Amino acid sequence: MENLLVAENVYKNFGKFTALNDISISVPKGSIFGLLGPNGAGKTTFIRIINQIMMPDSGKLYLDGEPLQAHHIQNIGYLPEERGLYKSMKVGEQALYLAQLKGLSKTQAKERLKYWFERLDIGNWWDKKIEELSKGMAQKVQFIVTVLHEPKLLIFDEPFSGFDPVNANLIKDEILQLRDNGATIIFSTHRMESVEELCDHIALIHNANKLLDGKLNDIKLSYKSNTYEVGLICSNQKQLKNDLRDRFVLSDANFKTIGDELKVNIKIEANQSPNDLISYLTTKGQMNHFVEVIPSVNDIFIQTVAKK
Amino acid sequence: MRNLKLIIKREYNARVRNKSFIIMTILSPVILVGMVFLVVYLSSLNNEEVRNIAVLDQSELLQDALEDSENLKFIFLDGMDLENAKIISLESKYHGLLYIPHTDSLTALDQNLQFFVEGSPNISAIQYIEKSLNSKLTNLKLEQDGVDLMQIEASKSNVDIHIENYKGEQTSKMSSWIKAIFGGAAGYLLMMFIIIYGNMVMRSVIEEKTNRIIEIIISSVKPYHLMMGKIIGTSLAGITQFLIWVVLGGILLFVATSVFGLQIENSSVANQEMIDQVNNSGLQTVINDILRLPMTTLIISFLFFFIGGYFLYSSFYAAIGAAVDNETDTQQFMFPIIIPLMLAIYVGFFAVIENPHGTVAVVFSYIPLTSPIVMLMRIPFGVPWWEILISLLLLFATFALVVWFAAKIYRVGILMYGKKPTYKELYKWLKY
Repeated sequence: MENLLVAENVYKNFGKFTALNDISISVPKGSIFGLLGPNGAGKTTFIRIINQIMMPDSGKLYLDGEPLQAHHIQNIGYLPEERGLYKSMKVGEQALYLAQLKGLSKTQAKERLKYWFERLDIGNWWDKKIEELSKGMAQKVQFIVTVLHEPKLLIFDEPFSGFDPVNANLIKDEILQLRDNGATIIFSTHRMESVEELCDHIALIHNANKLLDGKLNDIKLSYKSNTYEVGLICSNQKQLKNDLRDRFVLSDANFKTIGDELKVNIKIEANQSPNDLISYLTTKGQMNHFVEVIPSVNDIFIQTVAKK
Repeated sequence: MRNLKLIIKREYNARVRNKSFIIMTILSPVILVGMVFLVVYLSSLNNEEVRNIAVLDQSELLQDALEDSENLKFIFLDGMDLENAKIISLESKYHGLLYIPHTDSLTALDQNLQFFVEGSPNISAIQYIEKSLNSKLTNLKLEQDGVDLMQIEASKSNVDIHIENYKGEQTSKMSSWIKAIFGGAAGYLLMMFIIIYGNMVMRSVIEEKTNRIIEIIISSVKPYHLMMGKIIGTSLAGITQFLIWVVLGGILLFVATSVFGLQIENSSVANQEMIDQVNNSGLQTVINDILRLPMTTLIISFLFFFIGGYFLYSSFYAAIGAAVDNETDTQQFMFPIIIPLMLAIYVGFFAVIENPHGTVAVVFSYIPLTSPIVMLMRIPFGVPWWEILISLLLLFATFALVVWFAAKIYRVGILMYGKKPTYKELYKWLKY
């Protein structure tokens, strides 16, 4: 698959502090790429380097095959985590100004703003001042300004913070729509459930180093531990549990059902087949639950960061 | 370039549409002219008060020396001792009591006069009394020595030099004062402009930081462009305000003088000596003097030195704004900015007015941090154009250097939140 953004061996130091240490990342075209990492890992610095707000100390960046240059700014839309608008400026005027800074002509910007204002149902805000709007309303304006110039690469840093669930969903659908229309999206967040939901690729940065990256499914596969979540209805739960403990590594499972069954996690060896496990278990009782435990992004995140 | 223009436009609009800008621009000249009239009115009120002064003259020599004036009335007390005179004077709420002791020798008298007063005496009253008594005593002494007073009167001369320049234009003795006043006003105004508009730049930088819009903007434009756009846009707002004031002030002064006639010129000048000079040399020559000031040079130089000085200082202001999170943290960095401005004003008021082309004045009119103010104060006294040009060149060259440093601090500072930086940290930022 072709890559829209490629970073090669990027280093960045602030005085003695290392913010990025040999970061190489490839963002495939048309993907939603999750950039993960704990606070202070260096995500924001990396994003700022992509936006040419900062220059890397060394390393190369390519956008769509070309070395990153000043004019590429028009191909990038960036919604920073720390975002705001001029408080005493009118919404429309402000959106026009920011759109023009991204290279749109005034008439073009006006046309597209009209479309987006209608689409997000804020058409009557044009002459309002930002200070009259709620935080969530202002976020909508910011989102529009970010995507207005139809950039190839969109970078969202915590895009859902400040939105109520209804509007967060609305924005999520817009992001997916943008991806379907051909945009590539870099998505930085702490909210792992939205990474799970949206991202197909991820990279994890911790203490200025890249710990892992790749397709989300591949990463999950490499992190799975051949563990199965099992629900068994039987007469003597205690007896069964002891029997199972003799043969497998057991741990407590926690899932919701309506019945009263034995709930356990069973880990088998890599060379064992889950089919054999199922055959064995069916002799012990009536099985009503059998699911492979796939590590969540959250688990992977915590495991990887804790390991270091 | 397109982005720079957009930023300048936005910054200009943001300043000019601000309510306080509109109010300041329109109200300031009105307030200023109103203040002049208020001062004139108040001082005329003050002058109308008549002070009663009791006089106890035991020498019986000096009574006819004290004549009532517009503001002073003398009440002569007779046949009582000093203690009673004091009581009467106090009870009658007289302004004071002048005591002239009995004397045999005229020579000792002038050191033995006493003036009793509750609180502090009115300076002009004391001056009037001293002056009157002086001339009377002198006359008395001359008479005692057998000198004919008539002869002296006849021998008195009244020298009044008519000053002309080599082109034959008459100037008044006020001319230096007028030049100093106009130069001083221009220099002072420039300082105010630099501080006011420099602060605006700083506040606008801080506003973008606290609003957190800064990162959105600099993902589209270079921080240097944003800073320059801000500085230029705000300077245009300053120039707009200045030009409005020039026009508005001209109109107001014209209206005021034609309505109130010459009243202002006569009484607004507080200094007695100056009034004398005005009367001596005639109002017409004073007006001629004002008209002959290099007004066009002054206004044009004001604009250029404002732009240069303001650009230089507002680069500092922008860097400070970028370095801090809120206005209260700016104090420690403001001090070094205010110092050269104050120095310029002091040099202007002391060195330039004393000797406009002396070494101190000339040197300070070249040093870029003080040159805008000091040079403006010198211009009314006549400065060759090449001196102004050199001063301007130095100023703009320094600006180019300073803005380079400021941009570096600005670039790093706008993305820094949290603790207040020290000078050491600012120095480190230069190297990021």
